Amino acid sequence: MRAFALLLERLLFAPARGAKLALLEAWFRDQPDPERGLGLAAITGELVFPAAKAGMVRALAAERTDPTLFALSYDFVGDLAETVALMWPEPPPGRTPNAPPPTLAAVIAALAGTPKAALPALLAGWLDTLDASARLALLKLVTGGLRVGVSARLAKTALAGWSGVPLDAIEEAWHGERPPYAALFAWLEGRGPRPDAAGAPLVRPLMLANALEEGDLATLDPARYRAEWKWDGIRVQLVAGPGGRAIYSRGAEEIGAAFPEMIAALAGIDAVLDGELLVMREGRVAPFADLQQRLNRKTVSARMLRDFPVGVRLYDMLFEGGQDLRALPFDARRARLEDWFARASPPRMDLSPLIPFARWEELAALRAAARNAAIEGLMLKRADAPYLSGRPKGPWFKWKRDPLKIDAVLMYAERGHGKRSGLYSDFTFGLWRDKPGTGTGGSVGEQELVPVGKAYFGFTDAELAWLDRWINANTTERFGPVRAVAPLLVLEIAFDGVQRSARHRSGVALRFPRIARLRTDKPAAEADRLETLERLVPVASPD
Amino acid sequence: MTHARMTPHPETWLRVTPAGLYCVPGDFHIDPARAVARAVITHAHSDHARPGHGAVLASAETLMLMRARLGAEGAGRSQRALAWHEPLQVGDVRLALVPSGHVFGAAQIVLDHAGSRVVVSGDYKPRADPTCLPFEPVPCDLFVTEATFALPVFRHPPAAGEIARLLASLRLFPDRTHLVGCYALGKCQRLIGLLRQAGYDAPIYLHGALLPLTAIYEQAGVFMGAIRPATAADKATLKGALVLAPPSAIEDRWARRLTDPVLALASGWMRVRQQAKRRGVELPLVISDHADWDELLATPGTLGCGEVWVTHGREEALIHALGLRGIRGRALSLIGRAEEDGGEAAETMAAGAATAPSKDPPP
Ligand SMILES: [Zn+2]
Ligand SMILES: [Zn+2]
Repeated sequence: MRAFALLLERLLFAPARGAKLALLEAWFRDQPDPERGLGLAAITGELVFPAAKAGMVRALAAERTDPTLFALSYDFVGDLAETVALMWPEPPPGRTPNAPPPTLAAVIAALAGTPKAALPALLAGWLDTLDASARLALLKLVTGGLRVGVSARLAKTALAGWSGVPLDAIEEAWHGERPPYAALFAWLEGRGPRPDAAGAPLVRPLMLANALEEGDLATLDPARYRAEWKWDGIRVQLVAGPGGRAIYSRGAEEIGAAFPEMIAALAGIDAVLDGELLVMREGRVAPFADLQQRLNRKTVSARMLRDFPVGVRLYDMLFEGGQDLRALPFDARRARLEDWFARASPPRMDLSPLIPFARWEELAALRAAARNAAIEGLMLKRADAPYLSGRPKGPWFKWKRDPLKIDAVLMYAERGHGKRSGLYSDFTFGLWRDKPGTGTGGSVGEQELVPVGKAYFGFTDAELAWLDRWINANTTERFGPVRAVAPLLVLEIAFDGVQRSARHRSGVALRFPRIARLRTDKPAAEADRLETLERLVPVASPD
Repeated sequence: MTHARMTPHPETWLRVTPAGLYCVPGDFHIDPARAVARAVITHAHSDHARPGHGAVLASAETLMLMRARLGAEGAGRSQRALAWHEPLQVGDVRLALVPSGHVFGAAQIVLDHAGSRVVVSGDYKPRADPTCLPFEPVPCDLFVTEATFALPVFRHPPAAGEIARLLASLRLFPDRTHLVGCYALGKCQRLIGLLRQAGYDAPIYLHGALLPLTAIYEQAGVFMGAIRPATAADKATLKGALVLAPPSAIEDRWARRLTDPVLALASGWMRVRQQAKRRGVELPLVISDHADWDELLATPGTLGCGEVWVTHGREEALIHALGLRGIRGRALSLIGRAEEDGGEAAETMAAGAATAPSKDPPP
């Protein structure tokens, strides 16, 4: 528990991705099984046990501490679990506790088998044997509040860095595995075979597009590219076969339970397909707001299914049967997709059409004329490019339509006043940039978020309530009415313009920013970079 | 040490004045916040040792540090060094200096008058420190204490463990400069001493503001090992090296001269995460030169005193907790005391040390 607490503490304070990776790699290298796998699961939120409530922690504190001293301390520290962890009575110096401190494995095993009524006594016993940082780790663990800014993706990147096994291979092997991932670690250390999920519907790493930038088109040969509309839905990967059926979001989350009609539509199919999930009524795409009704739900009512029916507009095929098509050029995959589609005529799916064009000017005109709300812009895909994981520069471009939009990461939330007092209504968001002083000489710098603006949320009360819960669950710090949150939630920000500003830390200021929507489907690491915004600054603008 | 029936209460002869604590029968102030005719100084920190007094009485070490910080004039027009434990009659009071364990030269002032004994602790720490004499408990009737860390959340872990975390970080990030923010007087030299005790024998690089005071420790025979000015070293030399600097330097441009530094801060405040987060600290080190909560609470009991006065810090919690133990507490609310241990006073300290002579620090 002590080593785990030290890891958490360093992760919490590590500002940069590079430092977090180094800490995780050291953890995988130095810790024995099952501690390292359980620590990994705890950090990435994969552990499931009945969580203790804040009230239980408060009650424990009341038993062991003086109420006046507790109140003064809580007032200073500002966080319940931390206050309790710091002021929990300790044996006098020189005297050791009655029992040795528990290991992480012992804690997790006991939590899983302990009825709620017995939890306080169990917790108190452990707290008596731990030091302050381990007490805090324990309390955060049992209240479900470990928030150290490590995504599953980052953890897998660290596994790749530590083991030398490519990230893609780890992504694919990961899915059949459960904590403490003993077989996975054995494989990564060369001591065991690659874990085989035996036909389970695994996610394959997605291929992502780069934003098309001013001047890119001049360097591209239109004859070598294909164009499609960029649909305003959520990117999904459909995986179906004898081993099962699944729908993965672009964050590699399995979201099939929220879309049972889509899972049903995959019956009898043996393929891995790439496409856009949309609310579709008789082949017509509904606005994104309709789709939003279906997102972030664990279960879905019959009425939802009727009012907001979903379908998937397909644009790529990764596997057909057992055959991996990813090494084929785009044109060949497209032909396979069209053939398969004609033969299978799968329900709730259609094909995203290719847009014929000869010159870029034609496409630009089409893009400017597109007024369909379901179209975000255009996708350009190189005809001879294989399906590659990640975001290779060159084969795929997204050419978004005006107005100006940017995907930013929520950093701070503030409670509103008046009608919406009590709910968060005021949001500060940021974009990624290289941390100053890193990333010179062509290497990738460490990333930090820099705030670029603040906006009010113009959505429904239900959305505000969802956001309120999310913020409560992801708060990392409080400053009066303002909360800092873990950098995990992507907000699509629409705005009218951008100009240089010496008053802002980012050096730019947005004109009329508003939150267009929540991008719960998009990993925060893929939000936009500050440079993207800087390039939008009009060149001739007066300073 | 119970009062005889006719013994006057110390509050009749030890008063709180606008300048600070004033001893009536000896006609002197203790750690006054403004220039006075006669001052007894517990230690050389800027909020205790102000410039411009007439006559100053302190330990020889404290006077040495005061002259370095405030200039020979600023440290007092007449200066008298008093040896440890040597009794001195001042007017109607017998006075002695006893080590407080806070920093080099730091003293408790023991005052005997009219059958009562008062001990003014200044700042104190009852733990081992390789750079100063250990705290000595002196039984008394009234103990005047600090309360910098007087909340139950402040429990300083053993310093050796914090040093071990710093050394582990140097192994984990061998290419990154570790920049440790620390108070220029006391904390800096204690860190060096602790690192040497832990077997770290590489050169340690210091920000210019830390060099003059560290030199005084060395002259006085405190072992500091290889010390180098950080400004003279190039970026490549500082890769994987330890650099100590005033706390303000880790937040400002000075840190940016280094390649991807690990920013650390050694202070009792680092116990609370928010404090570390707010300052952008990546490696908080809980190392303090003040008594922690357990020590603030236990010490008066070991001295047998029935009453405690609290000079500066978080009086409310301490007075409440002492009350639960049957010890009467009183808040003096002295003005002009900063929150030490890496708080705002640290920056004043650093500026004072860098620009030397008599500049009165802002309150
Ligand atoms: Zn001091
Ligand atoms: Zn002080």
